[in-house]
Amino acid sequence: MPINEYAAFLSEIKEVIKHTDLEYTFRMAYGGDVLPGQFFEVSIPKFGEAPISVSGIEDGIIDLTIRRVGKVTNEIFERYEGESLFMRGPYGNGFNLADYYGKELVIIAGGTGVSPVRAVVDHFANNPDVVKTMTFIAGFKTPNDILFRSDFERWSKTAGVTLTVDDAKGEPGYNIGLVTEYIPKLKVRDAASAAAIVVGPPAMMRFTTMGLLKFGFKEENIQISHERRMCCGIGKCGHCKINDVYVCLDGPIFSLSKAKALLD
Amino acid sequence: MGYKLTPEAFSRIVAGLSERYRVFAPKRYELGGHFSDTDIIRYGEISAGSEIIFGEKSAQSFKEALLPITQVLFYFTEKEMKESDFEQKDVLVFLRSCDLNAVKRLDTIYLRNGEEDYYYKRVRDRIRFALIGCPEPFESCFCVDMGTNRANNYDFGVVEQDGTYFVDCKAKDLADLFSAGTQEVQIPPLFVSKTKTRVNIPEELDASVATASMWEEYDGRCINCGRCNFSCPTCTCYTMQDIFYQENGRVGERRRVWASCMVDGFSDVAGGGSYRPKNGQRMRFKTLHKVLDYRARFGENMCVGCGRCDDVCPEYISFSRIINRLSEAMEEVRNADK
Ligand SMILES: Cc1cc2nc3c(=O)[nH]c(=O)nc-3n(C[C@H](O)[C@H](O)[C@H](O)COP(=O)(O)OP(=O)(O)OC[C@H]3O[C@@H](n4cnc5c(N)ncnc54)[C@H](O)[C@@H]3O)c2cc1C
Ligand code: SF4
Ligand code: SF4
Ligand code: FES
Repeated sequence: MPINEYAAFLSEIKEVIKHTDLEYTFRMAYGGDVLPGQFFEVSIPKFGEAPISVSGIEDGIIDLTIRRVGKVTNEIFERYEGESLFMRGPYGNGFNLADYYGKELVIIAGGTGVSPVRAVVDHFANNPDVVKTMTFIAGFKTPNDILFRSDFERWSKTAGVTLTVDDAKGEPGYNIGLVTEYIPKLKVRDAASAAAIVVGPPAMMRFTTMGLLKFGFKEENIQISHERRMCCGIGKCGHCKINDVYVCLDGPIFSLSKAKALLD
Repeated sequence: MGYKLTPEAFSRIVAGLSERYRVFAPKRYELGGHFSDTDIIRYGEISAGSEIIFGEKSAQSFKEALLPITQVLFYFTEKEMKESDFEQKDVLVFLRSCDLNAVKRLDTIYLRNGEEDYYYKRVRDRIRFALIGCPEPFESCFCVDMGTNRANNYDFGVVEQDGTYFVDCKAKDLADLFSAGTQEVQIPPLFVSKTKTRVNIPEELDASVATASMWEEYDGRCINCGRCNFSCPTCTCYTMQDIFYQENGRVGERRRVWASCMVDGFSDVAGGGSYRPKNGQRMRFKTLHKVLDYRARFGENMCVGCGRCDDVCPEYISFSRIINRLSEAMEEVRNADK
């Protein structure tokens, strides 16, 4: 009999980290292979499944940073350390880290879009020698929305990190402005050979990639991550299809040259 | 060459088969039609050949035999997720050539696009096919232009002519059933080679056709009921649902139900996002899936030209006509680019 891909395994919640009222990171026991940018179908029986990206990868542990927005995610927020969640996956193509070796790399993320790139930033912040340079620009709405605060300090030791908010709500000490405003100031020597990763809400990705193209980045060197409705994660349910592409199988990471041809 | 059978003999043979197989075929459901006092032909389990309707097209396809409208994947108890059972009996499906070609499309999505689908596979491995020959095409059929008017991967084919049944048996293990007491005879063709409805998919068709004005017309005409998708033998989409039982909230099930890209909610994502809000955009998405995108990915068209979507649309929207408008739409888009 073939393997039942829909059968989920139980994974223990090792730790819960609260970033904001709506966003927690669940540190889950997981020993298998996984790439940054891939996702799992996370579920609680009787409530349903939700696709969630891995936001961190360590030995025996993966992080899932979850925003509570509805049925399944609300229920996940009722679970504590020592309890378990069902998962199946990982699915999707993920980021191939070797693609960025030896390059000037720019990563720009907005809001919850920081989650899927966090493991990429982490990898190159820990191994700064394998890239020429890494620049990370992250934008959040307000200081209250900032995810992974403590990581930013650590990353800024080995990478060029800019953390910015749309509105500081009167709090001092924050860069204020959209991520796009920092693109013209990028310290990239040869934009034509540099690589970029852009993840965030659709409008943010549109304007950010436009800014990068204007700066001289090549379409094929810019990667984005698409979010679509997903029920299966394995190319069957059809919800994630755009043109001849299944986001769950061929994505969620696409080069801009491929992504721009896709029309919902 | 094949065998000639009386209706009674044929019916008895099918009755015999129904002891070994769950036999699915188009049959008549009285007063089950779209308009209250009409009958409807749809698939169901049968126990004799006389139940099979040869002279009319089934409004629903055979698809339910492989992909039930609602299918339980798991049962939940407090701590456990238990795989759903299925009937351990082989299946025999009577279907026309267009539908047998549709099986190939279902196989492509469910067995080759990503990992194999366990629930599809467990039925697929037990299925056999009996071809229903088509002496004449129906009004809305356009199988010939889609290249699906012929098929050869059936176990036996049967065609009715003037109250007599002619059988072409390919499966060696079934040949004795039909040959007993009969002579081999020349049998009428099982396939049509001409249809009244014709379609032309323009060679130059590409995704740029999305900006043509024709789609806007469907914003208002189409009422996004999804019947076109539910009647289609090649539509494969589903939505996952978890439920818990009213009587006992601690137990429940995970199931999948047929989904339609024409119906609201299909593409909704968290945060209030929704792609293709307009019915015309959905019509474009469905159309290009059937005659462009699937082909770009898998090398043949998804639509098999069965014409069912035309037959069931309450707004009389014709899919074959939509296909035939694509040439003009491509021309419009090209001229706009100049
Ligand atoms: C590849 C991918 C990676 C994702 N990564 C993360 C992540 O790291 N962290 C995170 O918090 N969220 C992530 N999401 C979004 C997350 O899957 C949805 O927020 C979640 O499915 C909502 O489920 P729910 O039951 O809590 O909400 P529901 O009660 O189902 O609905 C709330 C809203 O979410 C929409 N929705 C329902 N199902 C899905 C679905 N399968 N995909 C998208 N939207 C859906 C509904 O239409 C509704 O608008 C990701 C989505 C995708 C496709
Ligand atoms: S095309 Fe017809 S059958 Fe299909 S959704 Fe629109 S109104 Fe319903
Ligand atoms: S799109 Fe219409 S004609 Fe084509 S296979 Fe589906 S129901 Fe039949
Ligand atoms: S999520 Fe089901 S096909 Fe992609």
